Amino acid sequence: MPHIALPKEYPGVRSLFMFSPETAKPLNDLVQTLLHDPATSTLTPGERELIAAYTSSLNECKYCATTHGAIAKYQLGGDGDVVKEVMRDPATAEIGPKLKTLMNIAAKVQQNGREVTPADIDAARAEGATDREIHDAVLIAATFCLFNRYVDGLGTWAPDDPAVYDAIGKQRASEGYLTKPFKIAQP
Amino acid sequence: MPYIPLNENLPGITGLLNYRLDTALPIRQLTHLLLRGESTLTEGERELIAAVVSHGNECRFCTAAHTAAANAYLPDPSIAERVKADIATAPVSEKMKTLLIIGKAVGKSGRLVTPEMIEAARKQGATDRELHDTVLIAALFSLYNRYVDGLASVTPAEPAFYDRLGAILQQKGYLPSEDRYAGLVK
Repeated sequence: MPHIALPKEYPGVRSLFMFSPETAKPLNDLVQTLLHDPATSTLTPGERELIAAYTSSLNECKYCATTHGAIAKYQLGGDGDVVKEVMRDPATAEIGPKLKTLMNIAAKVQQNGREVTPADIDAARAEGATDREIHDAVLIAATFCLFNRYVDGLGTWAPDDPAVYDAIGKQRASEGYLTKPFKIAQP
Repeated sequence: MPYIPLNENLPGITGLLNYRLDTALPIRQLTHLLLRGESTLTEGERELIAAVVSHGNECRFCTAAHTAAANAYLPDPSIAERVKADIATAPVSEKMKTLLIIGKAVGKSGRLVTPEMIEAARKQGATDRELHDTVLIAALFSLYNRYVDGLASVTPAEPAFYDRLGAILQQKGYLPSEDRYAGLVK
């Protein structure tokens, strides 16, 4: 049960956005530019969503990990296998070597920013990561440390049905973060 | 030295927020709403949550900056120091203690918040809105702490730097403003 009175027909962060529309606005603006808009980063939206999903899985935030896993799948052309591989271990996943080094940085950031070492940064540069890509990977991981804590810290409910997450993923991958969510019947 | 090139007159978070402006704007707007917007918690109380979370995450820059900001609002600088050292014995209200305990837990993981912590806060009169804002402030500073340390931004050693920054945060808030950091680095 959520720790505060939230609308039942919206799960996860969506119930919090309904509770507090004022703070929802900048939070959605942030993910729209950080994850969705293609022109705002040299990392693709699919790569950025993978970092978000992976960070959320490390934080054991079921709602965020499954939702952003589904969004990543649709941003990557419908391939769900790579999402599962990244969640298991980015080092062995079918992703490029540069993205692997950025996933390593994201995992350090998830623990604590102080865990990121010059060697982690050098490894990313050796695979061609730019300053801006390193920045974006750190900020995406940090941002999902916010969302994961917001979602779990207030005890929001997370659907169990994979089809629900798939539908959310499809919607967000095509529409971005600024459109209305659909209602979901809570079991 | 920071891992990416940042303006050397803008240490800590200030240089990062200057590095990528399209992400900085919503982060600033969210911070301003939470720490300076309308609330039944005072600005000083909300800055204390930011300081406690940053302290728990061992982010020296954010801890010093929000300790200074809290001190700009609170009658006595020993309050922030005592809250960071031990919430239970700190000179704040019983309700604030329960909220600071929740904030500190959220700084580690949202999953550490227990129904008992929420119940204790409600017993001291905490509202849904106060619980929501406490959790979101703690979550926001979990972002800031990682952003600041994950890119190895500069942490000035000089205590007076944080007094100047705390005064800016009190006088100008968190939204972008003209020349907001003029005179910050001497």
